[in-house]
Amino acid sequence: MIRSYQRSQLPDRLLLGLVVLVSLAPLLLMLVNAFKQHADIVENPLSLPHSLTMTNFKAAWIGGHFTVGLLNSVLLTGTTVLVTVALGSLAAFPLARHRIRLWKLVTLYFLCSVTVPIQLFLFPLYFFYARLSLIGNVFATALIIAAVNLPLSVMLLRTYILTIPPELDDAAFIDGASPWQIFCYVIFPLMKPGCVTVAVIVALNTWNEFLITSTFQQGDAGFTMTLGYHAMAGAMSADLGIMMAGACIIIVPIIVLFLFLQRLFVDGMTSGAVKG
Amino acid sequence: MIFVPALMTLVLAFTAWDGVSKPVWLGLDNFRDLLNDVIFWRAIFNNVKWTLIFLTVPMAIALVVASLLLTRRRSQAVYQSIFLLPYILSPIANASIWSNMIFDQRSGVLGYFSRHLLAMHDPLGHVSTALYTVASVDIWHFWGYLAIVFFAAMRQVPSEQLEAAYLEGASGWQIFRHITLPNIVPTIALMFVIVTIFSFLTFDYVYLMTAGGPAHSTELLSTLAYGLAFRSFEVGKATAVALFMSLFGLVAAYSYVWMNRESLRQ
Repeated sequence: MIRSYQRSQLPDRLLLGLVVLVSLAPLLLMLVNAFKQHADIVENPLSLPHSLTMTNFKAAWIGGHFTVGLLNSVLLTGTTVLVTVALGSLAAFPLARHRIRLWKLVTLYFLCSVTVPIQLFLFPLYFFYARLSLIGNVFATALIIAAVNLPLSVMLLRTYILTIPPELDDAAFIDGASPWQIFCYVIFPLMKPGCVTVAVIVALNTWNEFLITSTFQQGDAGFTMTLGYHAMAGAMSADLGIMMAGACIIIVPIIVLFLFLQRLFVDGMTSGAVKG
Repeated sequence: MIFVPALMTLVLAFTAWDGVSKPVWLGLDNFRDLLNDVIFWRAIFNNVKWTLIFLTVPMAIALVVASLLLTRRRSQAVYQSIFLLPYILSPIANASIWSNMIFDQRSGVLGYFSRHLLAMHDPLGHVSTALYTVASVDIWHFWGYLAIVFFAAMRQVPSEQLEAAYLEGASGWQIFRHITLPNIVPTIALMFVIVTIFSFLTFDYVYLMTAGGPAHSTELLSTLAYGLAFRSFEVGKATAVALFMSLFGLVAAYSYVWMNRESLRQ
């Protein structure tokens, strides 16, 4: 058994190495070219930069309106996460604690709301928002993204509450706690880890979201970082050094967050899919 | 919050509406127009192709890589993060890197190779290759998610079963085929449903890299609907397309509930 293990090691390693290379090569290409002049990139995209100057990054920061973008991205992500976790945990509590006769129907409803294309409600909603002049309002847009993220979050949080022993609720109930108090003082503190996992996934989705944000955050003042980059891609595609520097800037926050919170990312992505 | 706008859409699909003036009732005209529209059929066909590609290629890669990871005791966490990296990055950054640094004729690596080694076309610019090119970028971004999920499922395979198989002298393939695979079938089934659903909703990469072109060769239902609503302001027709998309999602969602009918019975 051990011998067969060792025999298969070399091809395994080569294959894994190849996959690592394919996964990382485009990102390395971005990093290397972010420090190069456009002419150098056109001459050879694989060459190393002459020096590590920050000129491209400065130009990208200004060209992509990243100061406004960062503020809007943070506001949008923060609002979406708060709304999703607050409403999601409140909805998950009764769904986990009561026997619901039509549970199958509720599941189907939640699943349908995950599977309907965003386009199904995007168009009427857009013209509705336009009439209320909510286009470009981060908080209004955050509500839409929260609505899109809610069904899945509710399902995840519900499975999390199911792991909390119901005897705890009963004890609090006997001591005279109202359902609201049970939720605030018993359930919510215990489900915090679940909330953090959901928050991380929702934050990631919101930060990277493109379809909804590009539809509802029109106009320079409403640009998030990704939209600023998108606008820059239209206007500045002539200078790829700046473009790649811009790409670096918008993905750095995600990579930093990911490196610190890896466990939560992996948990959040696998918890719904793997029955533990 | 999802239900009310969806209901509005349902009604709008039977009207002509430019988004500003009053909708005009059309009955089934939008649907008749669509069924007679070659581009609509091409979009459906492309969506089906896209789904088939995503149900096979990334699934296979993810299964192979996840089972390889099982044998890497110390380094599996590092591999996991690397494979997940493309998945967590902004589609817009990923799309821009691939279009500009790899496929572009002037500045990309392929362009560089075709100048110095062997002449190649921009695969995004050709009707015959564009769809596969965008799909491969999307797979590059997406497969890591599947690998992580499969890996998590594989780690829950009971170790007694694996040990018994080793002792019986089973080969690596036999162990995978007869022990690992049957144990993770529920997870694979769920991923099949999820991939099918998301294949019909795919938007970002196609819109960012080709916007449905060249000559509608990468047009999907989602990009078609988006173009109808925000470029030609045929909002009624766009919602009719969106209705078609949700039909596919509904079928997938229902089959998921059907597959899990046992565990959902309380």
